[in-house]
Amino acid sequence: MNFSIGMTILVILWQMVIWIGDYQEALLPSPLSVAKAIIAMIVDGTLFVHLQVSLGRFIAGYLLAVIPAIMLGMLLGRSPRVWQVIDPIVQVLRPVSPVAWSPFIVLWFGIGNMPAIAIIFIAAFFPVLLTTVAGVKKIDRSYLKIAENLEIKNWQLMYKFIFPAAFPSVVSGLRLALGTAWIFLVAGEMIGAQSGLGFLIVDARNMLNLDYVLAGIIFIGVCGFLLDRLISVFEGWVGKHFGMVRG
Amino acid sequence: MSEYMIEVTDVNKSFGNGAKPVHVLDNVSFRVKKGEIVTLFGKSGCGKSTMLNIVGGFERADNGDVMHDGHPVERPTKRCVMLFQQINLLPWRSVIKNVELGLEEEKISAEEKKERVMDALKLVGLEEHLNKFPHELSGGMQQRVAIARALAIQPDVILMDEPFAALDSFNRYNLQNELLRIQEKKKTTIVLVTHDIDEAVYLSDRVMIMSSHPGRIFKEISINQMKPRDRTHGDFQYYRKKILEEFQLSDEQLAPEYNI
Repeated sequence: MNFSIGMTILVILWQMVIWIGDYQEALLPSPLSVAKAIIAMIVDGTLFVHLQVSLGRFIAGYLLAVIPAIMLGMLLGRSPRVWQVIDPIVQVLRPVSPVAWSPFIVLWFGIGNMPAIAIIFIAAFFPVLLTTVAGVKKIDRSYLKIAENLEIKNWQLMYKFIFPAAFPSVVSGLRLALGTAWIFLVAGEMIGAQSGLGFLIVDARNMLNLDYVLAGIIFIGVCGFLLDRLISVFEGWVGKHFGMVRG
Repeated sequence: MSEYMIEVTDVNKSFGNGAKPVHVLDNVSFRVKKGEIVTLFGKSGCGKSTMLNIVGGFERADNGDVMHDGHPVERPTKRCVMLFQQINLLPWRSVIKNVELGLEEEKISAEEKKERVMDALKLVGLEEHLNKFPHELSGGMQQRVAIARALAIQPDVILMDEPFAALDSFNRYNLQNELLRIQEKKKTTIVLVTHDIDEAVYLSDRVMIMSSHPGRIFKEISINQMKPRDRTHGDFQYYRKKILEEFQLSDEQLAPEYNI
């Protein structure tokens, strides 16, 4: 409901800008022509082809980043001395936009799927690593005392206590990474890709089809929105089951 | 094997090093017989929780000996389970999974595990709530689950650090009754830390009154009254008064120090 109201307002504003500013279609396509482009892409199926490719890359890059980031984060969170050394390295690498690495990425990975996956990897890795380390560090001392008391150690301690206790923080990192990685998906697909939503936009721009560019933007936005909704439902569930609820 | 489950001899403990270490425990000695319920009673900051943590192996004494069934305590073990005031359960595990936690690494058959878990849950009256999660339970029920987990391990000693302090008085009374009933059956040795005088009188065979700054055992009072006890009975009031008087004495002794 709120979503429809918000979208309606956005479309009205958009149309108003065109009427008041008297922009031509070639400068700012109208909602109507963009809607036509969207329908055309849905009907001929190009949208789904590109969407599928993009999602595939996205999932690959995201999982490749997230799983090692969580594991590494758990180990580093448990070894404060090592983290003191690693932390500055991470803090130097983290502010660099993944796109800045693109020359190297193309050199090392060529073109095709890999550049996009590599860029998503960089975008997703650091938020998850940092929130996992922070989550592990702030685990309530009581849980660790229980583990000590029950003589639960090493690997058992990791998966029975550390991972679930840090899980709410990990999930907030996953959500952050999901958003960031989705933003960089498009950037990744603008480097040497021949398919995907990012390519769709580059391709439409090259042909000066601005209505298709805007249609692509809308698809990317809507998909990002849906992904975020999905993970926030998950986050809510996790908060309830893994959060600290004291009687 | 001695007749004492716990022997604490001349334990000293200070916190913080450098210019101003705080002397928390000063030559504390006491012994707990097998099957006894002993209370460390004192106001907050008197070092009673620290003492309990040392008995449990969570902290080391600066010097002195802590023996558990004739063996020196070096680290926490399953033989000596601690119940905390607030967080005892893992919120991501159901009731039954929380109780199983202490048995998962034990080398016993699956049937025996199951049996011990169910027995413990029946003892605390939670056999109807096996698959609930801690956040679906009241504070009192959560503490019952924690007690069940301790019982399932079948430890020699249960240490309790104000386990009922966060509960309302009805829940507290209920759980105290149940604890007595269970202890009667299992003969587990219990060391309890509390600042609740009624709890101390109601549950303990012996109350050790601690004075603070530094923490010392000021006076030991045996309660020779049959359990379960009647909270309204004259004898109960007698012990209550006696402990309170001794407690005030323990405080007065310190009064000059405050005046300096």
